[in-house]
Amino acid sequence: MADLKHNEGLLVEEYGYEAIEDGFHDHHHGDKYQSGFITHYIFSQDHKMIAKQFLITGMFWGIIGGLMSLVFRMQLGFPDSDMSWLQPILRGWISIDNGVGTLDPQFYYALVTMHGTILVFFVLTAGLSGTFSNLLIPLQLGARDMASPLLNMMSYWFFFLSGAIMFASLFLSTGPFSGGWTAYPPLSALPQASSGSAGGMTLWLLSLVFFVVSVLLGGINYITTVLNLRTKGMSLWRMPLTIWAFFVTAILGLLSFPVLVSGFLLVMCDRGLGTSFFLDQIYIGGQALEQVGGSPILYQHLFWFLGHPEVYIIILPAMGLVSEVLSVNARKPIFGYHAMVLSILAIGFLSFIVWAHHMFMAGVNPFISNIFVIFTLIIAVPSAVKVFNWISTLYKGNIRFNSGMLFAIGFVSLFISGGLTGIFLGNSAIDIPMHDTYFVVAHFHIVMGVAAFFGMFAGVYHWFPKMYGRFMNDTLGKLHFWGTLIGAYAVFWPMHYMGMAGVPRRYYSFATFDFSNQFDLTNQFITIAAIITFGFQILFVVNFFYSIFYGKKQKQKNPYGATTLEWTTPIDAGHGNWPGGIPTVHRWAYDYGKNDGTMDREFIPQTEPVSPEEKEYDDKHLH
Amino acid sequence: MMAKQLKYQNTRSKVHPHKFMLWVVMSSLCMMFAAFSSFYLVRQASGNWHHFHLPQMFYISTAIIVLSTITLHIAYRAFKKGNITLYKILLPITLILGIAFIISQYLGWLALNDMGIYLTGNASGATIIVISALHAAHVLGGIVALILANIHAFALPNKVTKFRILRLELTLTYWHFVDALWLYLLCFFLVMQ
Repeated sequence: MADLKHNEGLLVEEYGYEAIEDGFHDHHHGDKYQSGFITHYIFSQDHKMIAKQFLITGMFWGIIGGLMSLVFRMQLGFPDSDMSWLQPILRGWISIDNGVGTLDPQFYYALVTMHGTILVFFVLTAGLSGTFSNLLIPLQLGARDMASPLLNMMSYWFFFLSGAIMFASLFLSTGPFSGGWTAYPPLSALPQASSGSAGGMTLWLLSLVFFVVSVLLGGINYITTVLNLRTKGMSLWRMPLTIWAFFVTAILGLLSFPVLVSGFLLVMCDRGLGTSFFLDQIYIGGQALEQVGGSPILYQHLFWFLGHPEVYIIILPAMGLVSEVLSVNARKPIFGYHAMVLSILAIGFLSFIVWAHHMFMAGVNPFISNIFVIFTLIIAVPSAVKVFNWISTLYKGNIRFNSGMLFAIGFVSLFISGGLTGIFLGNSAIDIPMHDTYFVVAHFHIVMGVAAFFGMFAGVYHWFPKMYGRFMNDTLGKLHFWGTLIGAYAVFWPMHYMGMAGVPRRYYSFATFDFSNQFDLTNQFITIAAIITFGFQILFVVNFFYSIFYGKKQKQKNPYGATTLEWTTPIDAGHGNWPGGIPTVHRWAYDYGKNDGTMDREFIPQTEPVSPEEKEYDDKHLH
Repeated sequence: MMAKQLKYQNTRSKVHPHKFMLWVVMSSLCMMFAAFSSFYLVRQASGNWHHFHLPQMFYISTAIIVLSTITLHIAYRAFKKGNITLYKILLPITLILGIAFIISQYLGWLALNDMGIYLTGNASGATIIVISALHAAHVLGGIVALILANIHAFALPNKVTKFRILRLELTLTYWHFVDALWLYLLCFFLVMQ
């Protein structure tokens, strides 16, 4: 009986809503989330701490994935140079012949594969949407915490487990998986296909299955919190664009990741149980395999049904963060709020019916390709709406050029540059000669790699005070911005030209072909630019950790003069976010620079009731 | 006064968050089985596909799981009405039926084996085995929930509370879901033959 009561008490504590009546903080049966070091910093159920865990783990993986790219860029830029100095780290993957160390080609492929997997899943999915969905959804909606803090904690720890398994695979004697981040069969389905296809692939699959569990646990929470735990007055159309973006992202993940799992499951059966879902007539060492009748194209369908929404899972949170940062720092309402929301929804919907544009060269019927071309090109419309609105938000704004704002503006630049090449590649007629060239590499790195990173940096610089009660150093932040912006363009711009000349991606060396070895100097330039750009990221990491402990202290609750609810909490908010009752909402999230004849205000928080005069004026002039 | 006003303002709808979460999970699972169904369709259409009749055992297992979902539903309604005796009779029966379903599925796979349909070899058999095994894995999750429900029924005092009704309802919803999923899969297999 006592046990039961305790359970019901927990419910109240978890949701917070009934707790308002009793007073959430009147229960002094100890704040179980913050009682000790382990429950506060490690197995925390507080969404703010989980957000930091996601962010720092994401940064760890970002550094690993970035360093990997430097190693294979070294190979591409300076193929004849002596790499023996890397031997202490890479060990057997550097073979030394006549005193000249060369990178093992097998390991080159493993590096490329791991770079893709780590950046796409661990950094830009978990590190980006994991961090900011956790931090901002409850804070901006006026909720005490997520719908289920326990599942939220498990979401992080499944991510951690997934990362630990992937990390372990780096140390296998046969190396990590090396068949590309898309893990197409037969390289993924036959353990004997390459050295990375053996143990490396087994761990890769295991790691990603746990990763999907993590994404789903997180996504379930995000969706439920957004739909069920908004504070009074926070109607859907008053939510900040960040929340809309996280919400749609979670729905995309929830509908697309299970499809990926079904593909993985079938690959596992092919690997372990001898089924032939994806394998057909394969000869290994002159011996025909027994598995016949399968089709690797089917795997591609299952993979890209996730794979395409995945790029929006990466970019939508960045778009949301950028919209918010732009509006706050331009001191203007976001231009076309409703159009912004509708274009997020449109992008989310369209992302499910364009997957085969990744497969124009995989034997898909050209007439079916046409349908995918049309839907792909239609995505340009909501994307262009968003770009137009961001630029219009900036127009005549009273812009503060702080680090977060610079990165947000940089995001818009990169999104345009990368998005335009997407229109090229979305046409199957252009994609056929361009496919698997450096043009594609340049396109997706700019539009979903670097742009998403810019959104993430904008978010980190902007909400750092919310996480740690201190500011990051703005001078270092600006240096980081200019270094990264110029560096990223220096790395990826030349790749467009290489791609147009037909230089294929994923090649270990170009020395043997005339059409590609003319790019030796270009490759050297890209490699040097990549190393320098990576150096600027170190600046960010140093700034980040230094600022946690020694950054400028946040003295005001609302340092940016923002309207949203996260700035109504105390600077060092405990679990439950608000010490008293939760705030209620009376207006939309973008009342900046309101000057309408009845008032002249720089910004009006969402918590402030609409005065009768203001309502009268708005009714007359706006509706 | 303020506190009283705020009482339910933080929940946006009458659906309990846990219930809502379960619906979200089930929609996610639907996507997974939709992916398998489309795999089946496309793979079959591309040829090299053997046709065979489903073993008798699969129909028996269908009857078992349909029966179990009915017993659980009655148990839930009995609990809501305070009819603890009926609830305590039907809940263990549901659990036994659930385990019987798993056993009958296993016997079904053995029957396929006897018909010469293995995991290796033609993909038609393997597809059915893998899809039904994945379904069975989800039924196992439901059995864990049923075991917990049984423990609650016999270890906790005979008291009907909102919280316990909710907990049982979550179990019931999920069990209905795996039942409906199996009916869908069976119909799908039959239509595709």
